Amino acid sequence: MEKSLFDWIIILLKEYGPYFWAGTLVTLETSILGTVLGFIVGYSMGIIRSTPISPEDSAVKRAWSHFVRFLCSGYIKIFRGTPMMVQAMVLYYGLRQGGVNISPFVAAVVVILLNTGAYMAESVRGGISAIDNGQFEGAKAMGMSHFTTMFSVVLPQVFKNLIPEMGNQFITNLKMTSVLNVIGIAELYFVTKTAANTYYRYFEAFLITGVIYLILCEISGRLLSVLEKKMQGKKDYELAPEYFED
Amino acid sequence: MPVIRVEHVSKSFGTHEVLKDIDFSLEKSEVICIIGSSGSGKSTLLRCMNLLETPSSGSVYFEDEKIGGSQKKINELRARVGMVFQSFNLFSNMTVLENCMSGSMKVLKKSKAEARSTAIMNLKKVGMAPYINALPSQLSGGQKQRVAIARALSMNPEVLLFDEPTSALDPEIVGEVLAVIKQLAKDGLTMVIVTHEMAFARDVSTRTIFMDQGVIAESAAPEILFTNPENPRTKEFLSRFMAG
Repeated sequence: MEKSLFDWIIILLKEYGPYFWAGTLVTLETSILGTVLGFIVGYSMGIIRSTPISPEDSAVKRAWSHFVRFLCSGYIKIFRGTPMMVQAMVLYYGLRQGGVNISPFVAAVVVILLNTGAYMAESVRGGISAIDNGQFEGAKAMGMSHFTTMFSVVLPQVFKNLIPEMGNQFITNLKMTSVLNVIGIAELYFVTKTAANTYYRYFEAFLITGVIYLILCEISGRLLSVLEKKMQGKKDYELAPEYFED
Repeated sequence: MPVIRVEHVSKSFGTHEVLKDIDFSLEKSEVICIIGSSGSGKSTLLRCMNLLETPSSGSVYFEDEKIGGSQKKINELRARVGMVFQSFNLFSNMTVLENCMSGSMKVLKKSKAEARSTAIMNLKKVGMAPYINALPSQLSGGQKQRVAIARALSMNPEVLLFDEPTSALDPEIVGEVLAVIKQLAKDGLTMVIVTHEMAFARDVSTRTIFMDQGVIAESAAPEILFTNPENPRTKEFLSRFMAG
């Protein structure tokens, strides 16, 4: 008797269930690690690129600042201007041919983090310029340095505003890890291809994977909205009655 | 020795010269009000005193020491000169208490306990201590401005600069902010206040400056400037204000 769609799905899950699970974990690990590290890179870029170059600084310091900015924008141009799949190939095989053997996992994380960093750098820059100039002036007038201003006043506000954007970035990465199968990392897509090849059941295998991706994205979306609500803070505040006069 | 001295300061934005060769000095315990029409350069002059604006030419001295050279030097100066803005500029990610503690902790490197007690003391002074847990967005304009004054006071400044502190407030709550500033004047704090509140300027200042088109047109004791001004422009400006 001809097997139905569900029969195939059950067979695939029975035989390849642990592989799907393992692939899901690898997908999660690479995307979480790559995204978080990428955020750090992105925020650092944002801070560096928003540092004012003061005419009071020495010529050497100014030249250095310009050079660092040049490097930053070069990095952003390269990583936003080329496909992630190509970056993965160039990095992974480039290093191999140069005699440096890194694991596909490390290569995958590095590619994701560099990509995320480049995109986030622009978002952070936008986030910083969206902060009211009065916040900077208030801090400046107190004698806060640029870094103190950034860390205690500006970035906490930028971070809150960028939560939806960071969520986008994470979900994109979750799905984009699939293109990294080209360097042989055993993530979800890679595992699915292997499972599908065994029985030539591509539709069923990828249907399973599609559902897994959907679930992962849905869970991430919900976690992010919880975080967003938490960051909104309380609507009310408590008066401190001990400080009322009389 | 003047606390702040401004020497031959000019400032241009593009081709527009906002300040023209200004000389000005401020002695300890003086309360100077700067009046004049919008665009006369009052705020720009005030902002040159803590280098929020860099003068196009001329120099600014703090206790006879020329300011500038490095960002670090400028930051050190700003830590000793407080400023209160028209638009409050409270940090929106911090509560009232955190706003008032931020400067003493992050700039003056005081301990948390010390910063807290200074903050509470100054918040009491402006009558905002019960609101320590509120965020700026939860306060009215007058409350925000009083917190901003407490925040500036918490740096224990030698001079306090006010840039139109009541211009963003409705007439009913202007009074509560002015009362706080008057009290500070009584306590002997050195202040420079840019304001459009003529009655307040007359009452609180020890010297009043009238600015017109980028120059100091007249500088005199308030009882002279407001009743018997020398400069025809001062007369014209005041008559319009008194009539209105």
